[in-house]
Parts: sequence; structure tokens; C-alpha cells
Amino acid sequence: MSIRTPLAHVRGLGTAKDGTHHWWMQRVTSVALVPLVLWFAYSMLCYSRADYDTLQYWLSKPFNAGLMVMLLCVMLYHAKLGMQVIYEDYVRPEWLMHTLMLITQFVLFLLGAISIVAVLKIALAA
Amino acid sequence: MAQFKLPANSVIGKGKTYYAGAGAKNVKRFQIYRWDPDSGENPRMDTYEVDLATCGPMVLDALLKIKNEVDPTLTFRRSCREGVCGSCAMNIDGINTLACTYAIGDIKGEVKIYPLPHMSVVKDLVPDLTHFYAQYTSIKPWLQTITPPPERERLQSEEDRAKLDGLYECILCACCSTSCPSYWWNGERYLGPSILLQAYRWIVDSRDEFTGERLDNLEDPFRLYRCHTIMNCTKTCPKSLNPAKAIAEIKKMMVERR
Repeated sequence: MSIRTPLAHVRGLGTAKDGTHHWWMQRVTSVALVPLVLWFAYSMLCYSRADYDTLQYWLSKPFNAGLMVMLLCVMLYHAKLGMQVIYEDYVRPEWLMHTLMLITQFVLFLLGAISIVAVLKIALAA
Repeated sequence: MAQFKLPANSVIGKGKTYYAGAGAKNVKRFQIYRWDPDSGENPRMDTYEVDLATCGPMVLDALLKIKNEVDPTLTFRRSCREGVCGSCAMNIDGINTLACTYAIGDIKGEVKIYPLPHMSVVKDLVPDLTHFYAQYTSIKPWLQTITPPPERERLQSEEDRAKLDGLYECILCACCSTSCPSYWWNGERYLGPSILLQAYRWIVDSRDEFTGERLDNLEDPFRLYRCHTIMNCTKTCPKSLNPAKAIAEIKKMMVERR
């Protein structure tokens, strides 16, 4: 129970002067993912019956390796932005929200690092 | 944290039934949420049978008939009885609307009436709107200028005036805000569709000189960006306004000024 006025409660600590970048990047990554996912799905369909060497040759081309790294970065960044919204919407107390966000960010960064190293390893080995 | 289960003292029990007399010709049953803070009891649903042959056409007419003729303890807000004051906003037949402009004839079966969702209840159908009004105050809903007031009225072109159409009609009934899941979960910090529509009303007013400061005041992950374009606000608005569009316009301006 607080005896502050309702307006003091609403004004609180003021605005975070933040949120627009997050909102905008969520839209940008969504749009970017459309062609990237289509390219990836189309490529995988084309090579669905290919052997390892053929696929390795495909991924060794800078264009394909580049798009693959880009797809992974955009997708994982988009996942980070999306998870952040879910935590901010639903998770309280705040320490739990921040803890979950840090864990999620760590996992997504790790996934990104592992996947990019894997793509480079396959691409450069050919 | 989003709570998906009612606390024990909010669970609704079965209440009393008030039957219409034997002479009733056209009976409609109204199930109404009742809660008396002084009783210490849980809320209950009371059922009132109303003879529509002797009742006005709107839900508010039935509520007044019940209060006048059957049960004077039934508590609700009402004033203008024609959709301009916003006092009688409540949840009728599953949607937030104004009792005075919602026709009984549009409702099939029993009429279920609850207070506006997810607000603290003062009594029966009366929600506590203190926080909602404080949020309204926080957006400074008045004209702000640096230029000293002119000798005559402040001029505005017809095109600029037209930008306020669909905004100035808002009567702050809180139907939209209390229909918004984001406002349910984060209403402490999220301003909600109603207040954001009002904020936009001053942001687009050509006579106002504090547009930037108004946007500054909203640039916050919680105050503005809890809106996820769910659109319940637009669907429920009893004045057929579009708060979701107003919020989208604010978000566009936020990007535009970067």
C-alpha cells in the first residue's frame, strides 16, 4: 500500500526513451526473413536428395554461405526480440523477467556462434 | 504477472432470483454481477426477470427498471442515457459497451452483465477508474503552446481540423482499455488504447506546439509499446472509433522522427 498520489504512481520513473528501435527492428527482421526463408526452403527442396559432397559444394559458394550466415543472424535476432516481448508481457517479478532474458540471450548467442562456425567449417572445407 | 485464475475471494457464486409477476407478457432474464464490499462475501450473480412489455428498449432501461422497481441495492453508474458521457460502460453479453446505447433486442437468451473486466470493483457494476484517470492526466490533455495566446481564437485549416475526426468523439468510457489483454496484464504501466487515442488527439492537433514532448512522454516499452495490435479496442468501441489506428500512427511518428 502506497500513499503516493495516483498521478505520481503513473508518472513513476519517467519514460525509458526506448522501445522504438526494438519495435522497428522487429518489423525489419520480419520482412527480411520472408525472402531469406523462401530462399532457404527452395534450396533445401532442390538439394533434398543430394549427397553430402553436392551440398558441401553448394554451401562453399560465397553467395550461399553468406545468405546462410545472414539467415541465422536475422532469425536469432528476431527470436531475441520476440522472446523479449513475451517476457515483458507475462513474466513477473522483474528479476525473473531479466534473468530469463539473459538466459535466452546467452542461449541464442551460443546457437548463433555454433551455427556460424558450422557453416564456415562446411563451406571452407570444400 | 499475468494471472489466469481468479483469487479465492473473487470467485463468483450463485445469487438470488427475482421472478417477474404472473402478469408478465414478455420476460427477459438478466444475470447481473453483484458484489458488496461491506458484506465480506464473495461476488454473486443475481438473476432478475424483467417484463419487456413495460421496459424501455436499452439495457440501461432494464437496469433502471430493476433498481427502481425490484432491487434498489443494485449499483451502477449512469448519467446522460444517450452515449455521450461514458458512465454506464460495462460488460454486456460478453462485450464492453454502453448500457444506454445497447439494445436488449440484440441479445439472444439471458443477458449477462459484469463490470468492466480486470478493474478493481468498487461495488456491483462500478469499477475503480482512479488509475485510468491518472493516466489520462499524465498525457496533459490540453493545448500547449510556447507562442503567447493570440487576441482572437487559434486558427486551424479545415484539413487540419479534419485530422481530429474519429479522435475528438472519444468519451473516455474505458471500454477499449479494459478489453485489451495488454492492459489487463500491464495496465500499471501501459497507458492503454483509450489514453493513447487521446494522446494522439493532441499530437495531431495543428494548434499544439508540444508534439515532440508528447512523443517523448510516450516513448517507452511499457507506456506505448505494450500494444501488439490485438484490435479488441477497435472491435469493442461503442462510439465506433479506431484506437488501434491512432496507436499505429503514434508508432509511425516515433520512427519518422528518428
